[in-house]
Amino acid sequence: MNRPIRTLSVGCLILFVALMLNVTYVQFFKASWYNERGDNRRVTEEAYSQQRGDILVGKKAVATSVPSDGKFEWQRSYPGGKKYAPITGFMSYSYGQTGIERSQDSVLSGKDNKLFTNRLVDLVTNSEPAGGNVELTIDPKVQDAAYEGLTALGEDVQAAAVAIDPKTGQILAMANTPTYNPDRLANNDISAAQKSYNQLSKDDDEPLLNRSIQTALPPGSTFKLVTAAAAIENLGLDGDSKVYGGASLDLPGTDVNLPNLNGTSCGGEQITLTRALEVSCNTAFGQLGMELTDEQMQEQAEGFGFGQDYLDDLGPLAASKYPGNGGDKAKQARAAIGQQDVIATPLQMAMVSAGIANGGEVMKPYLVDRVTSSSLDVIDQGNPTAIDNQPAVSQDTAEILTDMMVSTVENGTATAAAIDGVSVAGKTGTAQTTPDRPPYAWFTSFAPAENPSIAVAVMVQKSGTERSEIAGGRLGGPIAKAMMEAAIS
Amino acid sequence: MSGFTPASSMPIFVHRSRRGAELVLMILAVAVGIGAYTAVGLGVEGKIPVDIVGYGTWLVVLLVAAHVGVRLMAPYADPVLLPLVAMLNGVGLAVIHRLDLAAGASETDAFARQQLIWMTLGVVLFLITLFLVPDHRMLQRFTYTAGLGAVVMLILPMLPFIGKTINGARIWINLGPVSFQPGEVAKVLLVICFAGYLAVHRDALALAGRRFAGIDLPRGRDLGPLLMMWAISLAILVLQRDLGSSLLFYGLFVVTLYVATERKGWIVVGGLLFAGGVFAALTLFSHVRVRVFTWLDPFKYYPVGDDGVTSSGQLVEGLFGMAWGGMIGRGFGSGEPWRIPYANSDFIIPAIGEELGLTAILALLLCYGLIVERGLRTAIVARDDFGKLLSVGLASSIALQTFVVVGGVTGLIPLTGLTTPFLSYGGSSLVANWVIVALLLRVSDQSRRPLPTAPSDEDLAAEETQIVKLDKGALNR
Repeated sequence: MNRPIRTLSVGCLILFVALMLNVTYVQFFKASWYNERGDNRRVTEEAYSQQRGDILVGKKAVATSVPSDGKFEWQRSYPGGKKYAPITGFMSYSYGQTGIERSQDSVLSGKDNKLFTNRLVDLVTNSEPAGGNVELTIDPKVQDAAYEGLTALGEDVQAAAVAIDPKTGQILAMANTPTYNPDRLANNDISAAQKSYNQLSKDDDEPLLNRSIQTALPPGSTFKLVTAAAAIENLGLDGDSKVYGGASLDLPGTDVNLPNLNGTSCGGEQITLTRALEVSCNTAFGQLGMELTDEQMQEQAEGFGFGQDYLDDLGPLAASKYPGNGGDKAKQARAAIGQQDVIATPLQMAMVSAGIANGGEVMKPYLVDRVTSSSLDVIDQGNPTAIDNQPAVSQDTAEILTDMMVSTVENGTATAAAIDGVSVAGKTGTAQTTPDRPPYAWFTSFAPAENPSIAVAVMVQKSGTERSEIAGGRLGGPIAKAMMEAAIS
Repeated sequence: MSGFTPASSMPIFVHRSRRGAELVLMILAVAVGIGAYTAVGLGVEGKIPVDIVGYGTWLVVLLVAAHVGVRLMAPYADPVLLPLVAMLNGVGLAVIHRLDLAAGASETDAFARQQLIWMTLGVVLFLITLFLVPDHRMLQRFTYTAGLGAVVMLILPMLPFIGKTINGARIWINLGPVSFQPGEVAKVLLVICFAGYLAVHRDALALAGRRFAGIDLPRGRDLGPLLMMWAISLAILVLQRDLGSSLLFYGLFVVTLYVATERKGWIVVGGLLFAGGVFAALTLFSHVRVRVFTWLDPFKYYPVGDDGVTSSGQLVEGLFGMAWGGMIGRGFGSGEPWRIPYANSDFIIPAIGEELGLTAILALLLCYGLIVERGLRTAIVARDDFGKLLSVGLASSIALQTFVVVGGVTGLIPLTGLTTPFLSYGGSSLVANWVIVALLLRVSDQSRRPLPTAPSDEDLAAEETQIVKLDKGALNR
């Protein structure tokens, strides 16, 4: 009987080898597959309860981890509060992460390969892996100015303000109203956090939105900057060139005309292009829009970033669009003044100003200045790049546009943004929507005009102000001014 | 019979008793057991457990008793088996204690404490078995009694009042404060029954038959016992919904039959019947189908499947735990094994994998492999057919049970409920396995013991001739 017993032992050996191979497969080869699954509570809870790195503005943390006595070892805390909520985002047990918490998760949690050597040290010294810190490009003074200006608009307002450094693309400020308190969503008391989230997500004013990048609306007259740029580039105009300035523009193929806002002429049948921008002349830019081709306008808009996904550090980004009009002249005219199907985010309009301010080259906006390890070694540094190989407009065109925008602040609709002793370039916008709701107020500017250090866009989507009083300059101008002053001083 | 080889035909290898080696290994096993218990205290609570002295003493007393028992009653038994079992039992206790701490169990209702009581009972029964069975061949007398006993044990849970259904399987009986799985006892009885029956009938089953495709197939009329065992296994599956035991009993029988007859034909026939049974079970019983579906695509049923009921939660949590543990594990107290339902019984292997890592699981599997190897070695050196078949059956029961449960919880084969021998919480299983070890040691002792030397002619010549008067009674005896 010994022969079958030997065969049997080989059989048993095979069974045990099969078990060992399978366990090795599960625990070694396939382990990371299991560990990366979103439904693996071990992983999600560890990610939630670990100490994460700080999100810093200047030397101050706007998001940090503090020790906690409860079920989890650490509690995520947001000293930046409501002011920085659109940027930091939040980290919640039930709803994952948003904002920088999400885009920089691998750094903050310490999993990023950039932190590889630190992880090795942690492994050797058997200490818990520490997350890296993320330093933002935000200028706290500009952010303060933006947030205070927006909250000063009062209750029941939907608005956003964003500022970038035209030379580098660094985002200097990004604020919202209404906003939310991220501490309440990151609460270790899960049910309280869920309650807060439900409340916020049901709010009609959508406080969880980062309006600077997630709300794309018709940019109205601020888009005339793009039209002017296309006209200077393609039609060979300059600031003194004469353009149509009548009270009303006949739209071919339609029963309606395109009137000016107050129904009068812009100062004569023929006015200079500079004058047209100063008074935000609809008929002038409508006419230019019909003279330019769809392709020329599209190319110009794309040069400034329309239709592109240029922001890596936050998301998701609402797309800014200049759709073609299929050769329909009436549509082209309305699109040229930022109506029709044209939509843009506040960040996009800030980039239009920034592009003009930077001599035509549009820089790619970014938020993460530096990534440092827990021991404060710099591991990664954001570096300025242009969004395209070729500039949106030529240096000459940029200079013409700058002069026109300065003139608009000095003599035109954008006087609200004028700063004593500094030459400011700016443009207002008021986008018509449906008759039953107030128009959107826009403002975009940069300063100092001769050597720009900040470009701003402010968008007021909904405000308590009466309809007639809506004008980009009136609502957005003072906020933009405060932000520019904060940056220059 | 191959058992009694004439001593003069080959040089006799005389086994040494090796009790000293066993003692050294036992000390190691105790060190592992107490070390693991201490590590649990340090890892989970940050301090050495307060009852470490009492616990350690108890464990040492039990294992010393077992060792001394072997020294006295089975001095030539295999020296590796007992330490392996002691080590597994010790690790099991520590892990169950760790899961108790996670569950916040109080001192009195803690599973580890109960398991220690069961282990004590197991060791006592181990010693009693060694004492009551001085020669395993006497068990052959109880072939049919054991078979009948096994059937009774299997029927017990089906009876009203004492039978009890836990987690869908009707395999429990209520004995006052404790529940017991008579199936575990039936397992040992069945092995004895198979060995006894096949030791006698092996020639008939082995010789007759026809050859087909190079394999000797048995005669139709000899299929009776196999068919009966097949039917009993299916009955367990249907009536008690106990997939694991059904598989184990049937597998045991086929293996023993194969070894007894030395004919692969039985494996073929047994395999075909098994395939038929599986097919029928898959067609007829939804609880079998569910096991296969959750095995094939666990994540489709995690946390629950589309029907809202079927869940692979236990399996998937176990897999997550093992992946989380990786190569060297999280360490006691740093994993989250409480996420796995029934981690202390069927799913103890994933719980160990999470906190002690792949390394520990491989080490434990090696221990099981060694136990099986020592059991089969015992079968090879055994001097009688019954002893061979008995140790084959006992070793295979551990091999099959380990494969079925570990394979199940690690996703190699569909999940069937069985305890992991010696590791899992479960009194019936632990006690039965201690008895299995006692029987293996008994066979081993018998086979390794030096043969009594035949008296030489000179000795015989020196003997005085005595006339012994026999009375009638002695002759008739």
